Amino acid sequence: MTTAQMIFGRLTWDSFPWHEPIVVATFCAVVLGGAALVAALTYFKLWGYLWKEWFTSVDHKKIGIMYMVLGLIMFLRGFADAVMMRLQQAMAFNGSEGYLNAHHYDQIFTAHGVIMIFFVAMPFITGLMNYIVPLQIGARDVSFPFLNNFSFWMTTGGAVLVMCSLFLGEFAQTGWLAYPPLSGIDYSPATGVDYYIWALQVAGVGTTLSGINLIATIVKMRAPGMSLMKMPVFTWTSLCANVLIVASFPILTATLVLLSLDRYAGTNFFTNDFGGNPMMYVNLIWIWGHPEVYILILPLFGVFSEVTSTFSGKRLFGYTSMVYATCTIMVLSYLVWLHHFFTMGSGASVNSFFGITTMIISIPTGAKLFNWLFTMYRGRVRFELPMMWTVAFMLTFTVGGMTGVLLAVPPADFVLHNSLFLIAHFHNVIIGGVLFGLFAAINYWWPKAFGFKLNQFWGHVSFWCWNIGFWLAFTPLYIMGLMGVTRRMRVFDDPSLQIWFVIAAIGAAIVAAGIGAMLVQFAVSIWKRDELKVEGDPWDGRTLEWATSSPPPDYNFAFTPVVYDADSWADMKKNGYQRPLTGYQPIHMPSRTGSGVILAALATLCGFALIWYMWWLAGLSFLGIVGFAIFHSFNYKRDFYIPADVVTRTEEARTRILAAGGPMA
Amino acid sequence: MITAPSPKRIRLLRWSAPILAAPLAGCNWVVMNPSGDIAVQQRDLILISTALMLLIVIPVMAMVVWFAVRYRATNEATQKDYDPDWDHSTKLELLIWSAPLLIIIALGALTWVSTHKLDPYRPLDRIDATTAIDPQVKPLTVQVVALDWKWLFIYPELGIATVNELALPTNVPVRFDITASTVMNSFYVPELAGQIYAMPGMKTQLHAVANKTASGAGFSANYSGAGFSHMRFGYKALDQAGFDAWVAKVKGSRVMLDRNVYLGLARPTEKAPVAYFTTADPKLFDAVVNLCPKPGQRCMSELMHIDQMGGAGKEAAHDIRGLQYDFPNSHVIDQTERNEGKQTAPDAPGADKAPADHSSHSGADAHAQHR
Amino acid sequence: MSSTTAPLETRTYHLPEEPHLHEGHSTMLGFWMYLMSDCLIFAILFATYAVLGGNFAGGPGPKDLFDLNLIALNTAMLLFSSITYGFAMLAMEKNRVSATQGWLFVTLLFGGAFLCIELYEFAHLIHEGAGPWRSAFLSAFFTLVGTHGLHVTFGSIWLVTLMVQVAKKGLIPANKRRLMCLSLFWHFLDVIWIGVFTFVYLMGVLR
Repeated sequence: MTTAQMIFGRLTWDSFPWHEPIVVATFCAVVLGGAALVAALTYFKLWGYLWKEWFTSVDHKKIGIMYMVLGLIMFLRGFADAVMMRLQQAMAFNGSEGYLNAHHYDQIFTAHGVIMIFFVAMPFITGLMNYIVPLQIGARDVSFPFLNNFSFWMTTGGAVLVMCSLFLGEFAQTGWLAYPPLSGIDYSPATGVDYYIWALQVAGVGTTLSGINLIATIVKMRAPGMSLMKMPVFTWTSLCANVLIVASFPILTATLVLLSLDRYAGTNFFTNDFGGNPMMYVNLIWIWGHPEVYILILPLFGVFSEVTSTFSGKRLFGYTSMVYATCTIMVLSYLVWLHHFFTMGSGASVNSFFGITTMIISIPTGAKLFNWLFTMYRGRVRFELPMMWTVAFMLTFTVGGMTGVLLAVPPADFVLHNSLFLIAHFHNVIIGGVLFGLFAAINYWWPKAFGFKLNQFWGHVSFWCWNIGFWLAFTPLYIMGLMGVTRRMRVFDDPSLQIWFVIAAIGAAIVAAGIGAMLVQFAVSIWKRDELKVEGDPWDGRTLEWATSSPPPDYNFAFTPVVYDADSWADMKKNGYQRPLTGYQPIHMPSRTGSGVILAALATLCGFALIWYMWWLAGLSFLGIVGFAIFHSFNYKRDFYIPADVVTRTEEARTRILAAGGPMA
Repeated sequence: MITAPSPKRIRLLRWSAPILAAPLAGCNWVVMNPSGDIAVQQRDLILISTALMLLIVIPVMAMVVWFAVRYRATNEATQKDYDPDWDHSTKLELLIWSAPLLIIIALGALTWVSTHKLDPYRPLDRIDATTAIDPQVKPLTVQVVALDWKWLFIYPELGIATVNELALPTNVPVRFDITASTVMNSFYVPELAGQIYAMPGMKTQLHAVANKTASGAGFSANYSGAGFSHMRFGYKALDQAGFDAWVAKVKGSRVMLDRNVYLGLARPTEKAPVAYFTTADPKLFDAVVNLCPKPGQRCMSELMHIDQMGGAGKEAAHDIRGLQYDFPNSHVIDQTERNEGKQTAPDAPGADKAPADHSSHSGADAHAQHR
Repeated sequence: MSSTTAPLETRTYHLPEEPHLHEGHSTMLGFWMYLMSDCLIFAILFATYAVLGGNFAGGPGPKDLFDLNLIALNTAMLLFSSITYGFAMLAMEKNRVSATQGWLFVTLLFGGAFLCIELYEFAHLIHEGAGPWRSAFLSAFFTLVGTHGLHVTFGSIWLVTLMVQVAKKGLIPANKRRLMCLSLFWHFLDVIWIGVFTFVYLMGVLR
């Protein structure tokens, strides 16, 4: 072993993909963009502000926003992957190999799946829950504010590792769940699967801790009077989603540990030889994987409930059955994992058991849909953007749910498994459910977070582009699934298929326009924020987050609210609640800390060192993590009081705005 | 059609014609229109399940639109109906839980019955909807091995084997015994029957029958590495005379598929051409399933027997001869470049020089070879 | 249909005084949830052992490898450490700093002894050629037992840290809370070990 190998492990000059012009060009763009960003931040002297007010902040609202920003950035990366796939598949006909070789293309579809699930959907929903849940339950922050900051930076660390794989070495070429033996060291010897493992492990720690944190927050920190059955539905669905996180992410962690032991230590869990069993991995990963699907969708079910009720100007129909439906889905999600591999050849009874449990999930889901329907019934439905996304969700998701139940019939799955029909199905539920829900949530709660509404025109443009683009992109996939076309193909023999891929690519282009319109919507709204300014309750909201100002002060509520009803803010408004104007007291708050950033940076470094076999660096950074964690535990002073006069000043400023009629009452 | 089209119109037509016509004319909805009885029954199941679900999905979607339009805030007609506190109705709740429940009960029953009936392990009891057969009739056996990245079909009763070409006689029940050499694949002929995974060290089964003469394609439906996209084989269903002629043609090849030839085939290649063999070794498939086609390799069946007996004792700990099956860089087509400086077990299949047929690859594969 | 628990006129919608959530109000709940998530990791390792534990790959099985006497000694060490931790907690309840520290130190010694015996066992197995790479059974065995050992190691590091913190700050509420958390952790590892001892060692040798 040379000295260079000792220091840099297997990282060499050739680890940079010089021979891939697409990657080199992307790299140049990223370097230039990054340099411009750093220069701008330095020029405007923003580093100190970012560090003090954001990076080291333990305020759940700021952490929530940082999660959303992370999700948005990674969404653009994941979508770029999607566009590249659509282009490749639209081109690779009649003997053409398209413009991507297998090495590159296989990384792209793996990265697309991994990024969209772990670094787009997860940060988005975690950010949303982080921002909204404490406000909805009338709390000042989460139970463990430092852990919250740490969780965010761990998630970011995972994302950084995935992004590194773009320019240093390669990402996994295994599909997003990295089935062994293909993902074993003998079949995937390069850095790809190691990037996959360590990115998910680093981010997974963050996800698990944030799950624990939010459960503790919901259980322990609800406002007086808010019994479980008076919690807002979004808080309920968040609770269930976080229970699922805590009860499933450790499974992923353990499974990936076993896979990494196979790769690093020569164990034989999932190898072909020495008694290993690859099917074990497939089972374990899906025991995590299926609950994960519900982790993603449940909070959005909550969003749709809040939005439907608010914009119909009515109480939610069937609150109790909504709660029970959510809990039923939570439990059932553990009993269906085998439907992801009916084709592995289990017996007919096992297959039909898992098929039928899967179908049973559609009962509570269907009940939820009816509940939203009857919430609109006899209401006054205002078609603001959040409501538009909700109706679009109801129509889109129903189709996705139906094809899902179809796939749960094992003999039908034998012909549709791994086909483009399956791809269309899960995009149908994930885009139609999770993403549409996020867009509803962003349009709904943006004014709460920033104090001004989002521009309507660009919101409408984005809405229609997304809806039309979505169906144009995925209907051909449904159809091709029925023609027996399977997933992850790079080139095609049958020229008659090309037209469908071209249509799908056009759909993707329209979706791209929808994403562009959304970015423009954000920019225009920030530009014209004075025109769009709102006070605390712009939508005639029904839950506690609308009781405070927009954006809420650091301490959320000057006085802890008392709750009598599930729609507590609607109840307060109805009964003529008067905002108290005097008697403010000092408020106890957690202090900011840089420990989360430092620990997560060390963890990311440790992951990077392990990927490249830089053992000394891995050891050092691991010792650094342990040492710094111990050092951090010697800090006993972790909180402070916001003085009463600061609270008074903040609240009086709001009183003046309200007295002046506000920008909008 | 248009009698005297203007140039602009012609251009428009030229652009739109393929878009309008091709999807309808050129395509082959093979899953919806298969030629094998199993796939036909699976198709029927898809249609019945979809119809059952549409019973509830269509009303729901209609109601979404209807309620959204009718109760819009700007609709004067429904202002008087506004009831902000109405949030419960036991009757409605019963309905919204029981309606999906009923559909799922029906669908669940259908699932239970059809899953057992169409269990890929179950011998066929009919050739098609009208012709029953005795399940005791011995079906034609085809042993399927998913190699990197091509398919090997062994017809043990006929003494032949092929690479990347599967032919079946019509109206004869067939049993596929399926395995893989290194990583997971999925054996799928959409014409014929649903897919089933091909996994190393394991044997899965699929029973099927072809009812009409047909020619199509089969492929791996589960991603298995760099050569996956080209892992396709020709599928032919031939009448008995045609099938006999095909068998005779294959037999004419005179190349024996012995262990050495198999080991050569098992090396990773892309776009492997069709090849015909006469089989010599009746135990080859069993050896492949037990991961011991190579001389000196210990078979899994033997090891499992030892394990059942409680292990081979302390002394066996150091003895690992013939146990290793996965070797470093097993998936690299051109092994010579990558193995430099890396330790490769001396008996690794890839440790020998590159497979003979790799030089025939088109330029597009150069990259895969390079990596 | 608004549900009411108080008549409308007496409803107050905010608390005049700041409700005092004492510091660390959620810590025990949060830590307990962490333990449950950890428990799930062990559950997966146990399940893996259950599935792969019979795959010796033509090599040695549990009967050939496990020395029950050694394991009984090891188990005793860990159980004693749990008892002495219990004594430390009793002393802590009475605010007796030096007794607490003393019992913590004894706990550390027992924990250390446990780890030494385990390392000896591992070294011995590897020396005999029965390392984690020899068979899926041994992979699952080393991973399950080793993960437990790793937990004990981190528990010991934590224990030392807490002893230093108690020495510096005394038995303040924050330190007591931390000692309680470690107590949960330590007993939890004990429970896991009982599972390992029964399921892996006893059933492995006696079956």
